[in-house]
Amino acid sequence: MTAATLPRTATGRFWALAAALGVVVLAGLGAAHFMEEAGHAITGMNNRIVWGMPHVFAIFLIVAASGVLNVASVGSVFGRTEYKSRAPLSGLLCIGLLAGGLAVLMLDLGRPERMIVAATHYNFTSVFAWNVFLYTGMFAIVAVYLWTLMERRMNGYSGAAGLAAFVWRFVLTTGTGMIFAFLVARQAYGSALLPPLFIVMSLAWGTAVFLAVQAALYAGSDRTIPPEILRRIRNLLGIFIAAVLYFTLVYHLTNAYFAKQVAFTRFILVDGGVYPLLFWGGFFVLGSVLPLVLIWHPRLGTPRSVVAASLLTIVGAFALLYVFIIGGQAWPLEIFPGYATSSTFADGTIAAYAPSLPEVLLGLGGVAIALLIAVVGLHVLPFAPQDDPEARAKASASA
Amino acid sequence: MSEVNTGRRQVLAWGAAMAGVALAPGVTLFELAQARSPEEAASNKVRWGMLVDVNRCASDCDACVTACDQENGLPQTKTPTSAQWIRKVELKDLRTGATKSAPVMCQHCAEPPCVDVCPTGASFKRADGIVLVDRHTCIGCRYCMMACPYQARSFVHEPVTGQKPEVPRGKGCVESCTLCVHRIDRGGTPACVEACAASGHKAIVFGNLNDPNSELSQRIAELRAAPLRPDLRLNQGVRYAGI
Repeated sequence: MTAATLPRTATGRFWALAAALGVVVLAGLGAAHFMEEAGHAITGMNNRIVWGMPHVFAIFLIVAASGVLNVASVGSVFGRTEYKSRAPLSGLLCIGLLAGGLAVLMLDLGRPERMIVAATHYNFTSVFAWNVFLYTGMFAIVAVYLWTLMERRMNGYSGAAGLAAFVWRFVLTTGTGMIFAFLVARQAYGSALLPPLFIVMSLAWGTAVFLAVQAALYAGSDRTIPPEILRRIRNLLGIFIAAVLYFTLVYHLTNAYFAKQVAFTRFILVDGGVYPLLFWGGFFVLGSVLPLVLIWHPRLGTPRSVVAASLLTIVGAFALLYVFIIGGQAWPLEIFPGYATSSTFADGTIAAYAPSLPEVLLGLGGVAIALLIAVVGLHVLPFAPQDDPEARAKASASA
Repeated sequence: MSEVNTGRRQVLAWGAAMAGVALAPGVTLFELAQARSPEEAASNKVRWGMLVDVNRCASDCDACVTACDQENGLPQTKTPTSAQWIRKVELKDLRTGATKSAPVMCQHCAEPPCVDVCPTGASFKRADGIVLVDRHTCIGCRYCMMACPYQARSFVHEPVTGQKPEVPRGKGCVESCTLCVHRIDRGGTPACVEACAASGHKAIVFGNLNDPNSELSQRIAELRAAPLRPDLRLNQGVRYAGI
């Protein structure tokens, strides 16, 4: 181990952290078991809000998994050496987040024990079926990519593997966005803007997760993140947050322009209760404006404010997904245009939804699975960023 | 002028009668061949569908809903998590304030979004146009419920009791109106249609959309019935008149 190498997690701290995460994973599994035994009636979900809190968590984790690989891509695809030393951590987090997200998605199924059916019966007109291949392919490609990065004899192939992972994650996030873009009759969805929106969301949220985990790693050692690296990744995060804001703005502007979408847009942005509150307070102020100030204010941009910006971006991500997924379903389907409707099936009304404890525990269990994979990986293999200040100084002097 | 040979006419008449008797079973067999035996697969020669005449549907009547619940062993209590294969929707015209009432169930689309999005192929359309869920391959992902424009599908949120042998159900799967496929395959009509007729309203007509001479096709033409959300171009099997 060189002096510049981050120390692997100390054994005592590793076990404490792993045990704490293990408890959360167990709580999540217990919640899933309870949901399967008693049925989804014990959750806040119903026949109107069919995707609830577990989907907010799962989609965050899957989208962030794609984006967290961004740091590795900048290293391998765009040849920035300072990012290259962070590529293994980036790949490890990708696998962890993807595993956590998929676990939540699978355990929330009505029949989770039928995963073998999903793996053996494919309907190729379904974007869900495509995603089964995209997600498993992502695991395989990132595993190979990590191998080329960490096995010296395979280093020569890391560029090609990095490029494959780079392309694959764009396709994967496009597929995730298409889950919603392909919904023909829901006013919140069915827009070609959603796949690119999901791609920029992945870049912002993945970078935020990377920065937060990296900060936690460095906090556990006596070393500090090299300032120029922090500055670069910090700027990337800022650009990505601004891009998410831009796409979200265009999405809502388009909706506000179409007469048939005005009432829905008004609901989400103005008078829909918890949804406008989460959109403006959670996503806009806390999750976008504040992080941008923390990153680019001349007196800020310090390591601490960058961590705060990253955590706030993650908070904003959850707020935005809640509004998008739950708010989008809460708005009633327009089955009889020109009529006000009512029925025993909540036609014409805003659907009620209150997240239940098992749903939240299942979601947190997914987050814990992601972190546990990262913690174990970091403990047993040299995934932590290996900075070599002397080599970098030489490189910058010769440049 | 020669006399009419009645004897020869008699012979011709008997001959024609004999030929009729000889051919009749063949004709009958031909008709029988067009019908479907229980072992035979559904055929696209027919497309089952329904007409809802909203002008005949009474706001205070829910005979179709009760009949559906009884026929299919569905819960009688209506909650946000209970299965509702058919529901009465009360309509108020936003322009005139006039009120109407209409039953809404699976529209049995020819281009069903639920079938398109189903990852395992559990949601499928039979050759005769009936859209169903295969309870053995449904994993309970609820993507079909997100995709359905009519909110016609229900997720089984709780353990199921009181199942009917002909209508298997199960916790964790998605389900919807089967058009009473078990009755249709025996040559019957859906329970809601029968109950509506028994109540005296006759607001729901069932039949073969492929047959221009069927009562269904003729009533659809006469009443200029249209599908719900025709802009989606899903070619629904259920049409509405009076909306």
